[in-house]
Amino acid sequence: MAIQQTEPGMVIPHQILDTEGNLVGEMPDLRAERLLSLYRFMQLGRAYSNKIIALQRQGRATTFGSLVGQEATAVGLAAPMQAQDWLATSYREIASLFVRGVPLATVTYSFRGYTPPYPKETHCLPIQIVIGTQMLHAVGLAMAAKICGDPVVAVGVCGDGATSEGDFNEALNFAGVFQAPVVLVVQNNGWAISVPRHRQSAAPTFAARGAGFGIPSKLVDGNDILAVYDVVQKAIENARSGHGPTLVETLTYRIGAHTTADDPTRYRDPAEIEAWRAKDPLLRFKRFLMKHDLLDEKQDQWLIEAVEGEINEAVREAEAMPPPAPDSFFDWTSANLSPRLQEQRSDLLRYADQSKQEGR
Amino acid sequence: MQMTMIEALNNALTLELERDKRVVLLGQDIGVNGGVFRVTEHLQSKFGEKRVFDTPLSESAIIGSAVGMAVYGLRPVAEIQFAGFLFVCMNQLVSQAARMRFRSGGVFTCPMVVRAPYGGGVRTPELHSDSLEGIFLQTPGLKVVIPSTPADAKGLLASAIVDPDPVLFLENIKLYRSFRQETPEDHYLIPLGKAKTVQEGTDVSVFAYGAMVQVALEAAKHARAEASVEVIDLRTVWPLDEEAIVASVEKTGRAIVVHEAPRAGGIGAEVTSIINEHCLYSLLKPVGRITGYDTPYPVPGQEDYYLPTPAKVLAAIREVMEP
Repeated sequence: MAIQQTEPGMVIPHQILDTEGNLVGEMPDLRAERLLSLYRFMQLGRAYSNKIIALQRQGRATTFGSLVGQEATAVGLAAPMQAQDWLATSYREIASLFVRGVPLATVTYSFRGYTPPYPKETHCLPIQIVIGTQMLHAVGLAMAAKICGDPVVAVGVCGDGATSEGDFNEALNFAGVFQAPVVLVVQNNGWAISVPRHRQSAAPTFAARGAGFGIPSKLVDGNDILAVYDVVQKAIENARSGHGPTLVETLTYRIGAHTTADDPTRYRDPAEIEAWRAKDPLLRFKRFLMKHDLLDEKQDQWLIEAVEGEINEAVREAEAMPPPAPDSFFDWTSANLSPRLQEQRSDLLRYADQSKQEGR
Repeated sequence: MQMTMIEALNNALTLELERDKRVVLLGQDIGVNGGVFRVTEHLQSKFGEKRVFDTPLSESAIIGSAVGMAVYGLRPVAEIQFAGFLFVCMNQLVSQAARMRFRSGGVFTCPMVVRAPYGGGVRTPELHSDSLEGIFLQTPGLKVVIPSTPADAKGLLASAIVDPDPVLFLENIKLYRSFRQETPEDHYLIPLGKAKTVQEGTDVSVFAYGAMVQVALEAAKHARAEASVEVIDLRTVWPLDEEAIVASVEKTGRAIVVHEAPRAGGIGAEVTSIINEHCLYSLLKPVGRITGYDTPYPVPGQEDYYLPTPAKVLAAIREVMEP
């Protein structure tokens, strides 16, 4: 028996560009240079993912989760945010951090295995590891903004697997009860490592869950940058003007492995990947830009080369950065170190010096 | 003014809400109802629903949203109705609040307080009496404070709220209304991480906190003819005041730790290790531990057998005093 849908929009994803790059919906108000900037960030997200995977294979980077195939969602959810807004992401939205102004070199340094501080003013929380947890942080940030009377919105983003976590559902509930100025985005990329989307929920969409929490929700084609931008932009401004939270589900696909430590050939049909390649978010947007004379093949080539140059420069910069002092992690444990922690720190330094002398 | 611990805590929250606009209170039943123990009584009507508010029944969301609020710049004071329910929000408390400074390389911090009633002897339903403080010894970044008197409760809660890092503030249910104490009405701070010598002595050091301080004092009174007992209230159970522990044991040469929480791997074990590391050669007898048993906290009909009593502590004092 089919579930009765409260809105038709719950099952038919919002789309502005079809897979051929034809305009099939209402164009959001974006000037040419802004459109090209979105495209550039998408290319950056893809090229950066591929670069870090390559570095990981060479032993120059730690475990990494690629966002290839999900560039439209990552860029589209961050681009409509204003400087004062806050972003709480998982590890799958590196391109969202770039849009917010976190430097490539900083992020790259983190994949060398260190903790780099993101610039505070980017208002990006550190990428979250415990699935779904960050959605409550986004709601708390938004509740605080509302308490303070600030025109600030928080955006939280998680994957389809996170919807099975308690924190995701509690976040939706708090967002609704407190009418928090927050936009909660579910990047439904079809897979939680090896577990397919249908194992996470019997409901036809995750967007449908909004109704159960009294929150408006939208289902969006997550590979359509214009649709993602449009929906998130409206949701953000809706929240900013005091009209509360929105749940957004973006339908996309994880083209790559879960992380560099994962082998999807064990559990995924290659035909499924090929079917989604045809809906590639970059290709679709490129076709649109070309149809509207905003981009040609040559310019596209230049843009890709420029992005790759920027990434290579960031990698050089990150690899030239000295490692932090061996005892620096003590600094971030507490504002004031207890005598015991000071003693433990001295102990570490004594052995760090000794290993240095012994060449270990 | 003579205050119960409930009144002293309410007074501390009132003063902090007045002093600092960033302080907000959230939790279950803390608004109109004033909390199930009335710690937040009248605070919503005084400070408004924006600053003192009820939440859905959702421990993880209470702590998780408080993390977001603290990062934003507020100073949330979250109430978890009973410490026994802290397990529901362990990820948000342990992996998130306590680690935010660490995870962000010092960019973001979580100055927040989580208040929770704990402790036995008041015939509560199952899982309302558990003492969980020992678990948080392995939560770097989190402080754990347990007051034993109304005046301490007030000064320690004020310090917890102004602390730049998260503090778990555990309030012993039995002490809430068991006695009144002269408590200054003005704002004051009692430093975190500092123990207090409640009674000086020269023969044996008894380390306790929360409701066990009264138990230790009672035992010390009975032992008066046999031993000069020093009673030290740890007050902050993490990080422990090592200096005070060591100084006392170096003086007395005998030590007993008393707590309601289970024995294994707990505060008593840690105090014993500190003594072993720093003053083993001052010890005349092995360190005694009078604690809850390594069983679940019993149901009301049997809890009296579980809890440390003055008689158990007195027996331990006599044992270490044997020649």
